[in-house]
This record gives sequence, structure tokens and C-alpha cells, in this order.
Amino acid sequence: MTAPHPPGPVQSLYAVEGMRCAACIARIERGLPETPGIEAARVNLSARRVRVDHVPGLDEAIIIEAFKGVGFDAHPYAGEEVESAKSAETKALLKSFAVAGFATMNIMLLSVSVWSGAGGITRELFHWLSAIIAIPTVLYSGQPFFRSALAALRNRRTNMDVPISIGVILATAMSLYETVTGGAHAYFDGAVMLLFFLLAGRVADSMMRARAEGAVTALMKRLPREATVIENGQQVRRPVAMLLPGDRVLVAAGERIPADGTLVEGHSEVDRSLVTGESLPETVDAGAELLAGTVNLAAPVTMEVTAPAEASAISEIAKLMERASESRSDYVRIADRAARLYAPAVHTLALAAFVGWMIAGVGWHQSMLIAIAVLIITCPCALGLAVPVAQVVAANALMKAGILVREGSALERLAEADEVLFDKTGTITLGRIDAEGLPTSPERRAVLAALAGASRHPLSRAVTCALEGTAQADVDGLAEQPGLGIEASVEGTRWRFGRPDWVGTEAPDHATKALAAFGPVGGEASIILFDDHLRPDAAAAVAELEALGLPASMVSGDHEAAVAAVANAVGIEGRARVSPEEKAARIEQAEADGRKLLMVGDGLNDGPALKRAHVSMAPSSASDVGQTAADYLFFGESLSPVPRAVRAARRTMKVIRQNFGMAITYNIVAVPLALMGKVTPLVAAIAMSGSSLIVVANSLRLARAAK
Amino acid sequence: MTVLATLIPIALGLGLLGLAAFFWAMKHGQFEDLDGASMRILIDEDDELPPTV
Repeated sequence: MTAPHPPGPVQSLYAVEGMRCAACIARIERGLPETPGIEAARVNLSARRVRVDHVPGLDEAIIIEAFKGVGFDAHPYAGEEVESAKSAETKALLKSFAVAGFATMNIMLLSVSVWSGAGGITRELFHWLSAIIAIPTVLYSGQPFFRSALAALRNRRTNMDVPISIGVILATAMSLYETVTGGAHAYFDGAVMLLFFLLAGRVADSMMRARAEGAVTALMKRLPREATVIENGQQVRRPVAMLLPGDRVLVAAGERIPADGTLVEGHSEVDRSLVTGESLPETVDAGAELLAGTVNLAAPVTMEVTAPAEASAISEIAKLMERASESRSDYVRIADRAARLYAPAVHTLALAAFVGWMIAGVGWHQSMLIAIAVLIITCPCALGLAVPVAQVVAANALMKAGILVREGSALERLAEADEVLFDKTGTITLGRIDAEGLPTSPERRAVLAALAGASRHPLSRAVTCALEGTAQADVDGLAEQPGLGIEASVEGTRWRFGRPDWVGTEAPDHATKALAAFGPVGGEASIILFDDHLRPDAAAAVAELEALGLPASMVSGDHEAAVAAVANAVGIEGRARVSPEEKAARIEQAEADGRKLLMVGDGLNDGPALKRAHVSMAPSSASDVGQTAADYLFFGESLSPVPRAVRAARRTMKVIRQNFGMAITYNIVAVPLALMGKVTPLVAAIAMSGSSLIVVANSLRLARAAK
Repeated sequence: MTVLATLIPIALGLGLLGLAAFFWAMKHGQFEDLDGASMRILIDEDDELPPTV
């Protein structure tokens, strides 16, 4: 392709661990652009994310390598666009909030003078000024409530926004009438303050809202768009969607397999971690089954397509996830449950006050004033703040502890969880291959470093990682033999690193571990073992969860021996060879039995289970599918964030319940006053701000929730 | 009471100024990374300058 203008840079987000100081920012922002293809990097320390501007099509691995080069572990951060609709919504609410804040302060200033006794022409002037400030503010800042109330009414339902909208509009209209007729009481301050407090709650709520929409899109991104089809002996590029069963497809080394099929010709290794969660590459020969989305590592192969693209294993997972997220959306958040009870009660009370006072014969004007006072007093200021403020404070505390809350209702749901299901690879283990039994002599290490550094095979990369800092030997005649290994000459000796029989030694019988051999041809070779290690405090974290009343178990797509080894080490029950469908089905079964599961997993294969479970967590190293499907992400090698998040969620719910209690107590005191017609604008202002401040102050205690 | 005619417009004007400043700050991404800002002040820009030829 020879485009006259190179396409502009694209932006990607990366979650980065361990950024803490100014030096980290400087190192990333200056170091990254030194990699060709990366144009700029911008650190967001609050969100622990880095935005990378790079040329389109630059491989993820290269960017991650660039992060490694400056000393940081990065993972692609999926799910949220750089400029998402959600952040636009938060911004709009924040603007409404700022306007309401400005209006509240100024009207309050004028109202205080009226309350302290300004009379006559001064009072009228102040009422008019208040009206001039309040009416545009209500029209602007009230929009989120009016829109939501209208939408609810159109569907013949009612929500919290209906009494809010009616209250604000009536109070403003009535105050305007009072102002025009020169009356004593105007409720402009009450109406605007109501909007101010409620918008504070909305802004907080919007910050917490669901960001996970793109899980399925992220999944399908994993499939290549085009494949090389062999047709009448000729190679033709064709869109993957047009592949039919029976087509022969050529897959080059390093390419993703475009469709499910069987291997016809060639011998290679396949990285299936994306689909099965198995971290070690698998050897495939003619007749082996290949799954779409997995990576062909070693040598070019020819495969025969057995299933069209929409029926591939990866598409099945996508369908499962779609179904699972539908069932998830049935969850009703605690604030909405409260609103369902609250809104009708408020309407009834206000109406009863109006009718009651009309019967008592005080006239429509007085009755109306009292009804409006009831609406303002009962308007759920403290109630509207009770949940979102507590959640935002708790989410911030968790963020500082390296746990990202991605879903608005996640804290509520986590507090309810009563059982934990872990995935193995990448969750209880680190999902990273570590090399053991490396040579000890400096000469051998230098040669091995040079050999491994020249290959992109996962085992070679593991060796390169382990030998970081070792000076590489000067080698020549470097050659990678597909499916066998890599070889090179050093001072006349031919060294090989690869399959034991090719290097010239016997492989010991290890069922669970991958291995490779290294040595000079005809000389003494040594065996290097590769293993995926447990997270260092996995057993402690599991024990802690049990103490919290969440018994843990493990499901994995891996084979029995590997699962048993990990399960025994951590001390939990483990089940092997569980397919993604079975994982989700198991959760469905448990939930049907009335249990609420916390699923902790990372891979694409965990996607449906993560979506299906009552609540889910994933490590930040998870596949983008795992990340978008989970409610929480945690950073770092430790597994202790899981029990920590559970504790924080339970504390948050405790505070939310206290907040509700306080808000209701306030109503029990204030509503009779309002019904008796004793609530003047001054009383309303004090009651409203008083209860809101108490609720906010109580929520702030959660700043230490993640300790 | 004529002092009100001066003071109230001043009070409102200052309030509006603050509001305008907030809108400007939000539009220009001043609140995107609150923790980072406190760190960036420590980064020495000098060593980034290209060597003079």
C-alpha cells in the first residue's frame, strides 16, 4: 500500500503498574517515543494509565516491550475509549453542578439578608435578583432530572426524578408568583440548593457508572480480518467472514489462526492461552485441532477450515457473553430499590397535605405553599447522596490500594458475595512462564542469552527475562529451526537451544512442565524447565476469604495434573478441563441454588463466567476480554486485593445503610413539621444542608476502607 | 442602600468569573489527572532540550 499521506497516529490505553513518582512519569513520557512507531505517551497518574499515540497497526507486544525498556509492566487497557460517552456525561453533569453551586451561593447570600429582616423594597429587590439567578439555573441544571423524569413518565413509571422535578418546578413557579405579588416567602434558595445537592450525588454516581460495554467487540478484535486461502495452487487473500468449511488456509509463523479447523500440513506450536488459559505453548502435528484466535508460533502450516467464522469457538464465547450480560442487567441497584418505595410515598404525602389543608379551609395559596414545602423537605437530598458519595469515596480508596472498580453496582454486589470461584492460569498463578535450571557458568549464560534474545518464542522470551542484564555473547550463523529451536556458532562451536532430542539429550518425564534443552552440539546439554508460579500470597488470600465467609474453589481449562498441583499448593478444591460454557453453566447452577458467586479470572475463556457471576474480578494482566467483562481489576502480583476488596465492599454497604438510616430519621423529624405548615424557607435550607452534610461526612470515613 | 447597587453586581460578577474559570479549566482537561499534576512540577524540563548546535 502506497498512501500519499501516512495515516495519523492512533491512541491506545495501557494500564501500568508501579507508577508513583515524578521520575516515573518522565521516564515513560520521554523513553517511550524513542521506540520507532510510538509518537507520544501521556501518563495519567490518578487512573494509572498511559495513553500512547502510535502509528496504526503497531503491535501490542512492541509497545509492551517499550514499557519494559523503561522499567514498567504494562497491559493493554480495554473497554474505555480515550474520549468516551461516559466521560462526556460526567463533564456535562459537572457543568450543571458548577452552575447550581454558583446560583446556590449567591441566592443564599440574598436569602440570608431577607431572613435577617430585610423588608419592603429591599426584600422585593432581593427576591427579583434571586429569581433572575434561579430561573436560568433551574432551566439549565435541572435538565438531567427533567429528562429522566419525562422518560419515566412516558413509560408510565415513576422514579426518584419525578418528585424532584415536580418539587423544583413548583417551588420555582410558586416563588416567582410570590415575588410578583410581593409575598414574604420565596423558595428560590430551596429549589436551587436541592439541585446542587442532588447534582453532587449524580456527578459521583456518573463517575461510578458502568464502563464495560465493549467486551464482545474486544473479543472479536482478536480474530484476524483476512486469511491467505490456497485456491487452485494459488495464494489468495480473503476476508475471514468468507471462509467456508473445506477451504485450505496458509497460516504463517506468528500469525493468528483465522478460523477453527484441522492442521493438514506442517508441524508447529500453538499458543492457546487466549482461548484455553493454558500458558505453555502446545505442539501440533497434522490432524490436530486448531482454534480461531490462537497464535501459530513456530512454523508456517496449512489448515483446513472446519467451521465458518460465526460458528467458531471464539464466536460461541462471544454469544455466551452477550447472553450473560443480559442476565446481569436485571440487577436493581440499592438506590433504585429505595426510590421505588420512596417516590410514591412522597407524592402521596404532598397531595395529602394539599387536600388536608384545603379541607381545613386555609385557601389554595396556603395549601399549595405547604404542599411544596413537603415536596422540598422530603426531596431525597441526603438519600441521593447516601449511595454515590459512599461509593466514590470507597472506590478512590480502593484505587489507591491498586484495585479499580469498573462498575457502578460492583461494590453492592461484592458485599453480597458468599462464594469464590478462581480460575487457575493468570489468576491463582501469575500466568507468566519462569525458567528454572538455567546454566550457572557466565560463558554458557552469555551464549544462551544471545540465542534466546533472537527468538520470539514464549519459552525464549521467558529465558530472556530470566537472563536480563547478562551480556550476550558474539554469535554468528544464527538460525531458527521451526518447531525445533534456535542455533548459532560461537568461536567455532555450534550451540543449540530447543527441543531436547534436537539438542542431543533425553527429556526427563515431567507431566506438568514444559522444557527445553541447551548445549553445544555433541557436548553436554542441560535441561531448562518452565513453570508458571503461584502468586506469592495465594494461599494466605484464600484463607482470608474463607475467614470472611467465602469458601473458595478453582475451575480451569488446564489438564488434571497441572490443576491438582496448584489446588494442593493453595489448599482448595480444583476442577480440571472445564470449558468456558461449563464454567458459566456452573455459575448459573450455583446462582439458581441461591448462592452469589464472586468469579476471579483473567482469560478469554473466563469471559462468560466473569459476566455471568454475581460479581467478578480480574488481574490487570488479564486479556482485554477478561478486563472488560470483570467488575474489578487489581494490579500487582499479590492476590490479597481480592479479600481486601471484599472487606471494603462490606464496609461501604454498612456506611450506605447508616446513611439511609440518617436520611430517614431526618425525614421522620422534618416531614411532620412540613405537614403542619411550620417549614419556612429558612427551616428548609437548614434541614436540607444539615442532613446532606452529615451523610457526606459519614461517607468520608470510607477513605480508609481499603486498609 | 445605594451601596447595594455597586456591591451586588460586583459579587455576582466575581461569582460568574469563578464559574467561567471552572468551565475553562474543565474544557482544557485540568482535572484529568489530579495526582499527576503534583508530580509533574518536579520534572526538570531542562534536560529535555535538544543540544544546541
